[in-house]
Amino acid sequence: MAARKSATAKSSTSKAKTKKSAKSAKRSSTAKEPTVDQQVQFYKDMLLIRRFEERAGQLYGMGLIGGFCHLYIGQEAVVVGLQANVLVADTLITTYRDHGHMLAAGMDPKGVMAELTGRIDGYSRGKGGSMHMFSREKGFFGGHGIVGASVPIGTGLGFAHKYNEDGGVNFCYFGDGATNQGQVYEAFNMAALWKLPVIYVIENNKYGMGTSIERASASTDLHRRGEAYGIPGRVVDGMDVAAVYKAGQEAVEYVRSGNGPIILEMKTYRYRGHSMSDPAKYRSKEELAKMRGEHDPIDRLRLKLVAENVLDEDGFKEMDKAIKARVTESAEFAQSSPEPDPSELFTDVLRDVA
Amino acid sequence: MATEILMPALSPTMTEGTLAKWLVKEGDTVSSGDLIAEIETDKATMELEAVDDGTIGKLLVAEGSEGVDVHVPIALILDEGESADDIEVPATKAPVPKEEPETESVDEPTDAPRPAAPKPVLDADEPELGETAELTVREALRDAMAEEMREDDTVFLMGEEVAEYQGAYKVSQGLLEEFSGKRVIDTPITEQGFAGLGVGAAFGNLKPIIEFMTFNFAMQAIDQIINSAAKTLYMSGGQMGCSIVFRGPNGAASRVGAQHSQCFGAWYAHIPGHKLVAPWSGADAKGLLKAAIRDPNPVIVLENELLYGSKFDVPVSDDYVLPIGKAKIEREGSDVTITAFTIMVGKALEAAERLAENGISAEVINLRSLRPLDTETIIKSVQKTNRCVSCEEGFPFSGIGSEISAQIMENAFDWLDAPVARVTGVDVPMPYAANLEKLALPQVEHIVEAAKAACYRA
Repeated sequence: MAARKSATAKSSTSKAKTKKSAKSAKRSSTAKEPTVDQQVQFYKDMLLIRRFEERAGQLYGMGLIGGFCHLYIGQEAVVVGLQANVLVADTLITTYRDHGHMLAAGMDPKGVMAELTGRIDGYSRGKGGSMHMFSREKGFFGGHGIVGASVPIGTGLGFAHKYNEDGGVNFCYFGDGATNQGQVYEAFNMAALWKLPVIYVIENNKYGMGTSIERASASTDLHRRGEAYGIPGRVVDGMDVAAVYKAGQEAVEYVRSGNGPIILEMKTYRYRGHSMSDPAKYRSKEELAKMRGEHDPIDRLRLKLVAENVLDEDGFKEMDKAIKARVTESAEFAQSSPEPDPSELFTDVLRDVA
Repeated sequence: MATEILMPALSPTMTEGTLAKWLVKEGDTVSSGDLIAEIETDKATMELEAVDDGTIGKLLVAEGSEGVDVHVPIALILDEGESADDIEVPATKAPVPKEEPETESVDEPTDAPRPAAPKPVLDADEPELGETAELTVREALRDAMAEEMREDDTVFLMGEEVAEYQGAYKVSQGLLEEFSGKRVIDTPITEQGFAGLGVGAAFGNLKPIIEFMTFNFAMQAIDQIINSAAKTLYMSGGQMGCSIVFRGPNGAASRVGAQHSQCFGAWYAHIPGHKLVAPWSGADAKGLLKAAIRDPNPVIVLENELLYGSKFDVPVSDDYVLPIGKAKIEREGSDVTITAFTIMVGKALEAAERLAENGISAEVINLRSLRPLDTETIIKSVQKTNRCVSCEEGFPFSGIGSEISAQIMENAFDWLDAPVARVTGVDVPMPYAANLEKLALPQVEHIVEAAKAACYRA
């Protein structure tokens, strides 16, 4: 998956740029198009998430995964396009629809799947589950189950980046549903007030569980939700991985230069229900069919790469096969890894005092 | 008739203050609204305005006087035509009566032998006090933070009014000056937001001290405290965790009503994944807060506003750190065990003194830590005294006393000679009226009565 680049991050203390107003940061796109190699990598990364999630859905149906399980199918371009801009010092946090983010952060599919099945080799030793996984090593700070709560936490990670002067940026992902939580605005205010390096990524998939954004939000222009705090916002076609990648470049440049936070509203769509138990009857079959048929991020990229003669059908087949094998391996691993020993019940409650 | 100007009460908990400076002199004419004096309270220096027009006849209290009781006349304003020489100076006029300790329940002296002089029993883990200085609890808390901030650059303090205002209760006085705005940070009024931000900063390897102006406001942030701070180590299989302190005053202050007067001891004690301490003395405050800051886990420190101004001998050493999870026997006794935490420790000690006058030897345990609770010390004591009275300011239902009762039943049932008694706040939202508030809060006499009942001496 997208490797975290090791280039040294630029210090975020550039004073000259901190005066830049929200408006002056607008447009004059300097973002580079993704290279052919990058696009091939995007394709692989998105396909891995798609195949992984399909398999997770299958395992759920077989009773091997319990509890809530929120699939990312349809939204793959958002995290893949953005994570291509990540540097080593950067951190990432999201809510509970998190499998795709973990894979995009470079976490091992075996460890993620084993957590879904509640086994000892899962990222949280089987004690977190689908919604609560973490990897300090990969800069992935969860996996949070309470809608909205991860936004102040991500802002705090941004605070730590600034305090430690490590040049890092926090990528703080949350859904349209979270944007009506009060604490999101508490976080926006502090991030803007203290110019914290945070990219707020609103993954607008149009439904907060079964309630459409029109029925939940008095204002549906989510990229404008930071206006009261002077936080610039962009709308991005979240079904187009190249557009996401470019928007991410600009956002990272803006935030890393010490200008404070920015909001990216990703227009996206989930093909499955809110969770495995949601039949998604609140939307029409036609709506779903149209998104899948005309906007699918993986199909779109595949067509583009074919048209540009980057890969032929055989090339794709080979790639698909390799990814399928990787997912199968993770599923087998997740079923063969043992359940946690009963003694695990009482570990990791508190750290020992040194 | 001359008008008396009285020493004003400038905060809910103020009982006395310093007349720092007169801004007028005798013979000056003043109009309503003119500034006449500067009064120093335990929290701030405030300006006093004239409420009447007239001439300053007498200044009754000298500039610089400390410990001037609230409601004592400090100056006289003359009416038109009156002369300073005409009036009798009520120099030693009795101040408005303060509440004296109630004496109605003093019992007949008994012939029972007086118990031996009370003394604390020091556990092996209890550090020596060493050299001490007389400090207020607020100073002890401030020193604890300052010392740890000098030691460790990743420690920072964040909260409402902690920096430029020097702390709503003056606890963070001087910290901004020493550590700069990078490490002493005023937040907007946004508890859930800054509590969550603190958790994120702790995930990012910093050590935040999050001050809540009072724990009543932390209810806005309780999701972050519990779901984000306390549970993440477990949910991550040991990867994450966070070293963070949530601190501030807890419990009833004085006449601030139901939303501002509540003990959260039982609430936070209920939750696995964090620690919970409740200091009483200045040494407790310093030793427990330093332990909390050094601890790799979330630690909640429940302070008490009414204790901030209390003076104690506080160790001056930078290394005075108390073990979290250890209670302290403040007073040894043999007839009944009294457990208490934070402000109730003082009341329990007072009760023990009165019980001694009645020939009952009470052992007073300062719990210090509510999670983990030092059950061992309680059980050992009950095995000796065979009786227990648990004291807390919080509500009775599912309170700390309920837990202590259960622990004693599970671990010392056969030693009990009387049911465990609970002295608690009453089961109503805190009323505002002075008499009702007093009735709602556990008082020394309630502890005395409960202990006597447990000893079948009622």
